[in-house]
Amino acid sequence: MGTYILRRLLQMIPVIIGTTFIIYAMVFALPGDPSAGKCGDRACPPAVVKHIREQYNLDDPLPVAYVKYLGKLGKGDLGENSYGVPVMKDLSQRYQITAKLALMAIVFEAIFGVAAGVLAAIKKGSFLDSLVLVSTLLVISIPIFVIGALAQFYLGVKTGIFPVTITSRNPSMYQLLLPAIVLAALSMAYVTRLTRTNLAENLRADYVRTAKAKGLTQRRAIGLHALRNSMIPVITFMGYDFGALLGGAIVTERIFNIQGIGGYIFQSINHRDGFAVVGAVTALVIVYLVVNLIVDLLYGALDPRISHD
Amino acid sequence: MHIKTRAALVAGLSATALLAACGGGGQTGGDGGGGGKEANGGEIVVRGCQPQNPLIGGDTGESCGHDIVELFTSTLFKYDPATGEPKNDIAESVESDDNQTFTVKIKPGYKFQDGTEVKAKNFVDAWNYTAYGPNAQYLSYFMEPIVGYDDLVSEDPDGDGPQKAPEPKAKEMSGLKVVDDHTFTIQTKEPVSNLPVRLGYTAFAPQPDAFFANPEEFAKKPIGAGPYQVESYDQGRQAVLTKYADYAGDFGGNVDKITFRIYQDAEAAYNDLLAGNLDVLDEIPSSALVEKKYESDLPGRFEQKAYPAIQTVTFAPDKVSPDYANPKIRQAISMAIDRQKIIDDQFDGARQPADGWVAPGVEGYKAGACGDFCTYNPEKAKQLLDEAGGFKGKLTISYNADSAHKAWVTATCNSIRTGLGIDCVASPVTDFATFRDQIGAQKMKGMFRSGWIADYPHIENFLTPLFTKNGSSNDNKYNNPAFETALVDAGKAQGDASLKKYQEAEQMLAADMPAIPMWYYTSTIGWSENVENVKVNVSSGRPDLLAVSAKQ
Repeated sequence: MGTYILRRLLQMIPVIIGTTFIIYAMVFALPGDPSAGKCGDRACPPAVVKHIREQYNLDDPLPVAYVKYLGKLGKGDLGENSYGVPVMKDLSQRYQITAKLALMAIVFEAIFGVAAGVLAAIKKGSFLDSLVLVSTLLVISIPIFVIGALAQFYLGVKTGIFPVTITSRNPSMYQLLLPAIVLAALSMAYVTRLTRTNLAENLRADYVRTAKAKGLTQRRAIGLHALRNSMIPVITFMGYDFGALLGGAIVTERIFNIQGIGGYIFQSINHRDGFAVVGAVTALVIVYLVVNLIVDLLYGALDPRISHD
Repeated sequence: MHIKTRAALVAGLSATALLAACGGGGQTGGDGGGGGKEANGGEIVVRGCQPQNPLIGGDTGESCGHDIVELFTSTLFKYDPATGEPKNDIAESVESDDNQTFTVKIKPGYKFQDGTEVKAKNFVDAWNYTAYGPNAQYLSYFMEPIVGYDDLVSEDPDGDGPQKAPEPKAKEMSGLKVVDDHTFTIQTKEPVSNLPVRLGYTAFAPQPDAFFANPEEFAKKPIGAGPYQVESYDQGRQAVLTKYADYAGDFGGNVDKITFRIYQDAEAAYNDLLAGNLDVLDEIPSSALVEKKYESDLPGRFEQKAYPAIQTVTFAPDKVSPDYANPKIRQAISMAIDRQKIIDDQFDGARQPADGWVAPGVEGYKAGACGDFCTYNPEKAKQLLDEAGGFKGKLTISYNADSAHKAWVTATCNSIRTGLGIDCVASPVTDFATFRDQIGAQKMKGMFRSGWIADYPHIENFLTPLFTKNGSSNDNKYNNPAFETALVDAGKAQGDASLKKYQEAEQMLAADMPAIPMWYYTSTIGWSENVENVKVNVSSGRPDLLAVSAKQ
């Protein structure tokens, strides 16, 4: 187990280097000088252009500039964004809030998604099952910005139950509740459907029938045997989803004005803010890798037949 | 004002693009806020956006930063929010016999927020700092007219790296001299009749001595001599300003505390406005502009007003696109555009068709400079085109696709196609940086959209940067000696004679048509039930925050 983890961690290094290079190349190889749009319809003063070119090593060939960047990265320096704030500082502030939001969303997803899925699977074909199927289909088919905007308008502006936007850098759980539900809505529907299908299938499997024949109660047969097996695809999905929530909450973060990582990446791409984009995405890649590792380790716990030794 | 200007033209204006027709429920009257009077003025929350640069007068051109800088600094003049006219602020007097040597006398008693007095040298030092190349200040070009500016910037010997540019020859402009604590002189390279108008811009704000020790550190909690002081500035989140008790000027604000809350999205801000969590919103999001939804959302709590900004369609330089070089072809294209119809269809009528290259609301604006050439007349357009020998191939109008320009550019093309019978294509360019890069490198062919918002409310600002040979934004590479001469003459003349000369110069553009005037912009603002006296500042199109008062 220990060597497995170590091997996986070592494997991350080339992946991180590879991804940062690709992102770096994509950001900086975009046509158009990053300084060109900075001063509106007027060309920037030469000194400003020079400053920007120096900051991003734009006068060097791309590989050289990248190695210079990597050298800084190795020292834990992600550079400065075009507002002159160290990217590291920006990210650490924003990751806190995004991580909190994503965690809350994942918890909703896990609790309500799995519960609804289990209920639907057990009562397959019943009214409850149909209700779950129809309501998840509904959620999946409505774009998240519509759900978000509606929730914000009716629960925030009209009734005032929830705050309309988040103004604090360190919001409370209550303030993040509505955005977290909105953010979780789509994935929750997927988790429900995944759980339902897998569980329904496993309930028909031989080993469940055997377990029941041995005299196990329905509850134990499902909880201990069928559900554990059924959770593998669900956990895989949620692991991937956590990474996606961290980076992809762009829409939700914009609607609720959350100063998180999603909006940061969006804004930085718009401003051609190279270091900020590369830094934020690198951090995301690391999160993805770590979450993937955790998911892989969880497989072993869920299904002892899967071993990492 | 300003790059808010252009940055806004890209982002903001396009968002206001769906605007509804003029009509605003704004209050009239009010005096722009006079003097810091009684305490207990309450507090307001205003929508802000992320300033691009440190909060230094000479480094902040876009509106996000400018809105804040404008409140905590004072300049020699202040533009009247109702008329755009410059009024004396720190300046006691600015005098000149020849428009080339100016003697500036400043009022005693103005204090920076660290308690030091505003002296002549604070202006001179600040301007030198802004102009000095290695400081890389965005607004350094504002100092360009001053004698000695060229010695403070150095050219990169091989243009574009890898060699470093040498140290500039001097650190101070020879054209600035401190006479005594309250007097200094400015000498300009050429006569500049409108220098006093320019001096109202925050690029010319004085800096306290404390600034020069460590400007970057200073910008985190900057101070100035303005009516408000920065209490805290949390990048990306909010800036809090409070009334400065020792403010000595005539342009004080009403409320005690102004919080700029930074939103990433106009929509979120609008919802906060509806819920009463936000008091002043400088821009109505497009969803609320559709069918004038904001009028029922904010009964009597919005105002719409034109401000000095223009949308144009510029022709690529003659050597890039020789097909367009014949002025008659250009005039024909201009006459084939049905501006009013495009405005009605695309913007719910919320634009003013342009009939010249200078927007209203600035000193020297005169209607009708473009004359018949900006009036829709397809027959005459066809006739002009025939006289020019027709046009082979198809016309193109390029625009940056990261902003909402597609609809109106397409509509304009349709209008030209119907009017002239030439195929016209709206051609998108991925983003603004790429767009400007191609224009700057003279790789952009055909026609392309362009916009301008006044840096300072004067006719000259619409002519010099855009249409003189060395103009900073002369995308057409327009070069007309007669036009240049007229501008020089205008710079020498005084008062109305000067404005008249500028107007004559503008008139000349009609003959060559380097850019087609499309329309003048309007801004729409909204406010909550907690505040009153919210108005649009006509010189900038921004809410006049000094006039706002909180309902008790």
